[in-house]
Amino acid sequence: MSKELIRLQNLCMAYDGETILNNINLYINDKEFLTLLGPSGCGKTTTLRIIGGFTTPVSGDVFFDGVRINDVPPHKRQINTVFQKYALFPHLDVYENVAFGLRMQRVSDPNSKRGVKLSNEEIDRRVMEMLESVSLKGFERRRVDALSGGQQQRVAIARALVNRPKVLLLDEPLGALDLKLRKDMQIELKRIQQQVGITFIYVTHDQEEALTMSDTIVIMDKGSIQQIGTPEDIYNEPKNAFVADFIGESNIIDGVMVKDKVVKMYGRLFPCLDGGFAENEPVDVVIRPEDIDIVPVEQGQLTGTVTNVTFKGMQYDIIVDFRGFKWLIQTTDHSPVGSKIGIKIDPDGIHVMKKSEYSGMFGDYSSFSDEYDELNGAEMEEQSDES
Amino acid sequence: MNRKLSLFALPYAVWLAALVVIPLVIMAVYAFTTSESAATLENFTDMGIYASVFVRSFRLAAIATLVCLLIGYPAAYFMAGEGPGFQRVALALIMLPMWMNFLLRTYSWMSILENNGLLNQFFQKIGLFSLLTSMTGQEIESFQMLRTPGAVTLGMVYNYLPFMILPIYSVILKLDRNLLEAARDLGANSAQVFVRVILPLSLPGVLSGVTMVFVPSVSTFAISRLLGGGTQMMLGDLIEQQFLGGAYNPHLGAAISMVMMVIVVLCMALMNHFGEGEEQAVML
Repeated sequence: MSKELIRLQNLCMAYDGETILNNINLYINDKEFLTLLGPSGCGKTTTLRIIGGFTTPVSGDVFFDGVRINDVPPHKRQINTVFQKYALFPHLDVYENVAFGLRMQRVSDPNSKRGVKLSNEEIDRRVMEMLESVSLKGFERRRVDALSGGQQQRVAIARALVNRPKVLLLDEPLGALDLKLRKDMQIELKRIQQQVGITFIYVTHDQEEALTMSDTIVIMDKGSIQQIGTPEDIYNEPKNAFVADFIGESNIIDGVMVKDKVVKMYGRLFPCLDGGFAENEPVDVVIRPEDIDIVPVEQGQLTGTVTNVTFKGMQYDIIVDFRGFKWLIQTTDHSPVGSKIGIKIDPDGIHVMKKSEYSGMFGDYSSFSDEYDELNGAEMEEQSDES
Repeated sequence: MNRKLSLFALPYAVWLAALVVIPLVIMAVYAFTTSESAATLENFTDMGIYASVFVRSFRLAAIATLVCLLIGYPAAYFMAGEGPGFQRVALALIMLPMWMNFLLRTYSWMSILENNGLLNQFFQKIGLFSLLTSMTGQEIESFQMLRTPGAVTLGMVYNYLPFMILPIYSVILKLDRNLLEAARDLGANSAQVFVRVILPLSLPGVLSGVTMVFVPSVSTFAISRLLGGGTQMMLGDLIEQQFLGGAYNPHLGAAISMVMMVIVVLCMALMNHFGEGEEQAVML
């Protein structure tokens, strides 16, 4: 797990004067499942394409196993790709799609300078083995366009893995599948990665996918890496408001770090576990919706008014107004709209972050509540009557 | 299909019946009858004497098609790889000759290829003929270019080349770039990407290009008349003679037309058979 395989150093990329990647530094370990996660346009796919050799960075270096590979073309890299829409060859059947890479290969041979092609027996053995491991045995002679999305996905994975690459790049490979299949494939991909024991670099904008499969998540936005860490790290200790908002639901509140382990919000002091800030430093405070306990008003650290309740099956999503700032709270107890409630937050439910360029942009559920209102026509009308 | 909308197809259906189906039937009737309206197969058995015309027609058309393919494919390939501005200009240049009158274009070639035409005058000027005369010892004053199979082939290539380039160009343009990247990703170098991915996937364009060049070539009569100068009689000329010319015999003309049609259809069916499945590839 600890051996470094790929290093991206000071990568910059621009297109038409627009910065796409801004000084990316990233180390990727051998046999690691690493996910590049971010909204569209954040630079994650460009990063993947640079690793694959399809895009040349404006500046910066790519190292593979300690060797600089900036100028190595894609077909000479020990890296294979599963493309976004699979890019299967429509003129070839399943078998020939999977065999494509093997037919391109030349193995060194003492009698030939250029090396010799793999024997047909060898190709056949490896293709059939691969098809079996992605459960596509019996599909060899099918046309690829006659397959379902999930099957095409498996062909794409088999076609890449049959070459025994050291790294597999996956560019939003589950984007075209429906929810149920996507969940199955997440588990399947993780299984395959552990079985073949190679590095997977996975690009997605789906945080749930990233949390489910990854050893390491790299969160990107606006061409920069926002945070690198394990799924738990990123969820529990987001570095800034962008990460906190992108991964899961977060209430992000302006606060002041009075001293170590004490943060002030709404003029009240809350005990927390964070430290290392300057005295009275302004901070962003993240409180996850599930870390908030609802208590009777007189026992609450804060009191607010419920403005919206949505039943979600496992829990209620309620929107609570605390002096004009709306929070999302997830609770199993029902609190009717309009009721006053008190809340209590345990010290480990409070996460304090330094202020960043993203401060104030996320974490208020006012707009969220508007969306709920819009969905509910009756309430809309009530509101307009009042105004 | 929407049944109500199918009414809009009616005008074309009438057109098709009046101007395609009925004439075909009339032609078939002519081909199997004598001038006294008696049924006969003679028109077909008589055709043997024109075997050389059949052979010449199909040979020259095949050569012209091949030349068009050899010139047209690379042209289409490189055009599709250039920027949109270049593509627009190149397309306009390819279409430009087609906007000029067909006969005018072919007459121009006559004045270029004549014994005292532009090309021979040019060779004269640069001293090619005096050089050849001194080398071979024979008096050479001009090349005989007009009235040769080569001139006819040239005329076909010149006139029909755009019909080869355009379908190939549009197929290559629509190729999914991801497929090319996927091939490179799987270890194919540029040559292998071309042979294993681009070429097979552009076959439908090649097939329609070949059809659009071969069919008019095989039945042309103006090109062979003007550039072949009567020495290169082709099926088109032969058929024209039976209907309008001295050898007036519309029954034989109809029979020749039918045989030609059948051969062309067979050729196309054969080709489409080889290209089977590729058609679908492009539609993806």
